[in-house]
Amino acid sequence: MDNQLSPSQLRLIQEYSYEKGEINRGYNNRTLYVDIGKNEFKERPVSDEMKEKFIGGKGFGLRLLWNGTKPDTKWDDPENEIVISPGPIAGITQYSGTGKSLVVSISPTTDLVIDSNVGGYFGPYLKFAGFDALEIQGKSDKEILVFIDGTENKIKIQEAPEEPKDSHELVEFLTEMYADDEKDKKNVSIVSSGQAAEHTLIGMLNFSWYDVRRKVCRVKQAGRGGIGTVFRNKNIKALVVKIDKVSPNANQVADLKPIMERGKRFTKEIRELDDEQNRMRKVGTSHLMEIMNEYDLLPVHNFQYGSHKDASNVDSKSFQQRFTQGMPDGCWLGCMMSCCKTVEGFELKTGPYKGQKVDVEGPEYETAAGVGSNCGIFDVDSILEINFYCDTYGIDTISYGTSVAFAMECYEKGIIDDQVTGGIKLNFGNARASLKLLHQMAKGKGFGVVVGQGVRKMKEKFIRDYDADPELLQDMGMENKGLEYSQYVSKESLAQQGGYAMTNKGPQHDEAWVIFMDMVNNQIPTFEDKAEALHYFPMFRTWFGLMGLCKLPWNDVEPVGNEETEEPEKVPEHVDNYVTIFNAVTGKNINKYELIKQSERVYNFQRIFNIRRGKGKRAHDAQPYRAAGPVTEEEYKSREKRYDEQLKKVLDIDPQEKSIPEKVKLLKKYREDRYEKLLDAVYERRGWTRQGIPKIEHLKDLGMDLPELIETVKPHLD
Amino acid sequence: METQQTEKNTITVNNRTIEWEENMTVRRVLEVMNYTFKMLVVKVNGRLVKRKDYDHALVPKDADVKVLHLVAGG
Ligand code: SF4
Repeated sequence: MDNQLSPSQLRLIQEYSYEKGEINRGYNNRTLYVDIGKNEFKERPVSDEMKEKFIGGKGFGLRLLWNGTKPDTKWDDPENEIVISPGPIAGITQYSGTGKSLVVSISPTTDLVIDSNVGGYFGPYLKFAGFDALEIQGKSDKEILVFIDGTENKIKIQEAPEEPKDSHELVEFLTEMYADDEKDKKNVSIVSSGQAAEHTLIGMLNFSWYDVRRKVCRVKQAGRGGIGTVFRNKNIKALVVKIDKVSPNANQVADLKPIMERGKRFTKEIRELDDEQNRMRKVGTSHLMEIMNEYDLLPVHNFQYGSHKDASNVDSKSFQQRFTQGMPDGCWLGCMMSCCKTVEGFELKTGPYKGQKVDVEGPEYETAAGVGSNCGIFDVDSILEINFYCDTYGIDTISYGTSVAFAMECYEKGIIDDQVTGGIKLNFGNARASLKLLHQMAKGKGFGVVVGQGVRKMKEKFIRDYDADPELLQDMGMENKGLEYSQYVSKESLAQQGGYAMTNKGPQHDEAWVIFMDMVNNQIPTFEDKAEALHYFPMFRTWFGLMGLCKLPWNDVEPVGNEETEEPEKVPEHVDNYVTIFNAVTGKNINKYELIKQSERVYNFQRIFNIRRGKGKRAHDAQPYRAAGPVTEEEYKSREKRYDEQLKKVLDIDPQEKSIPEKVKLLKKYREDRYEKLLDAVYERRGWTRQGIPKIEHLKDLGMDLPELIETVKPHLD
Repeated sequence: METQQTEKNTITVNNRTIEWEENMTVRRVLEVMNYTFKMLVVKVNGRLVKRKDYDHALVPKDADVKVLHLVAGG
């Protein structure tokens, strides 16, 4: 897009100058607060205690959000905040996957804290500009942008240009505008959303970087929980950060040598092993499409089934043909896993950009499964088109996929009809219909806006306005805590059901993915085993979000000799890399056990944050039955042998003597009871009461017996 | 008349019983189980079998086979 505008032509609303300071061992020891309603700025010091207990990233985000909001703050109150924090390791370039930021806010769909882990250069650049976190509060009466100028040490609130509106154009436009010249574009990163984020509750944020080889802007998404909706509701068009350059030791780490040594070792692993293992550099996470289909875990038709005969049309080979090969596709400097694949020159067939050739990011597995198989769409072109428009309109592809799939099932079951959808034939597999909904979301018109409120709100509306059966909708609506499920079928893995529904933010797989351990390996047969897995893995994975790290390099390549270790599923060599890198950056001396403790502190804090908001208890960890078993007769029949066997073996019931509706009921009772037992075991392992409340002794053990936490949990302890 | 039950030769794979075949290799076990995932750790009676040996490593009758699928992606 041709851009003649310069930043000085945008009306300046308020400006603030600061002193740069120095990063020391991964920290600036200062965060930035901006109130865009009152046009105020504050620099906030980071205490040693804050670093000790909250580390950075999500930890900092939660601490600041707790301080900034009240228990009853709503997502669209001016007092709600968006906090972006990169974490102490973020910004090193010598090891793969070290450029992530964590974004937290009160979510419009869950009314709880949401956190989203995102790539792109904004987080590291924010740190290099002088801040460990950016905390935005208030609501502007005009559309504004916030410019953090790390080259001049100034922060500006400026009136935003009216056009362009959609992310793919806006990011190019602003990068061009804020960069001094072509060479300088790599020093600019933008956070933006899109038009659909304004009219739905499932808006996301795009974090950009400039791809110097392709000479285009690229984006990664902070997708979950509607933070893009909060962003647009605050009337923010974009956040811009600009720095001079990335220097090799910008984090001023305590000891660079071990980081370089581990980095080199990891790079060698990727080079030598990735092609025969997961092919991340060639196809990204799309390699999971065929694996999930083969193991009956790929969501099909709103999670009813786990595989489909047409799934080979959208397997990783089909995507590989479209992805540009041989390009370094890392979402942060130095990432050798390089999994952010892109399709160049894709011609759009619908919408406002019809006929234009564009670059499409991804699709990653979650997107391909969500907007594809889960909606019965097995066509690469359609998946690419939906992916592109979700990104540029600022929509989370996971929530979009699960919401559209739910609406499609409601349509096929006659719960809603053409009159409700405005004539859109919402059958499974109708890609045109899905795209129509998406364009409606951008315009704020039609049934698309209803779907864009997410599954929980649709359930409420369909029960209220169309007399839908509440039990059926509860069973088939794939949300927990108000967040839509991500794209794995958990029916045959009890542990994964907990991995989804016992999360703090709602069912997102980044906290625990234990389906293989449980369902395939049969490695954690008892409740205690499952509870141990649901303690260790969520805590371990939480750690990435405290540090500014990407999870993928941990276990998407397996080092030589991993199979000979005692716990290969934990990838001990990589865990040791992380411990070493943390110590080398910060100068501290933790071990792998303290790593888990660091996460536990923040994890329990987040749980108590939910309790403070009137949730976060056992009742809120309930799951929709479809996550645990077959809701309909057709689902039962699709795995009849397995289910019959379970009735016979475990419940001593002769399946021949029962009708399918009877068998569905019996199985439901059995599986729901087991889930309750799992809750008991996991709560105990996590140091929580039977109601899911962290016990005071446990908080003391963790060093998290902060007065405000004790005060919050106390009334809930019997 | 009573039917005579012939005892079947079996192995267990991840605690599930399957039929054993003459000259059954690790590769064949993976095929029977439909384990197509690449990131596996295979142990036969507690002993590790390396990936390069899947085609010729034999699985004896009554063996206890563990096929650990490592996590990726998710
Ligand atoms: S592994 Fe992929 S998502 Fe993670 S940092 Fe590297 S390129 Fe980004």
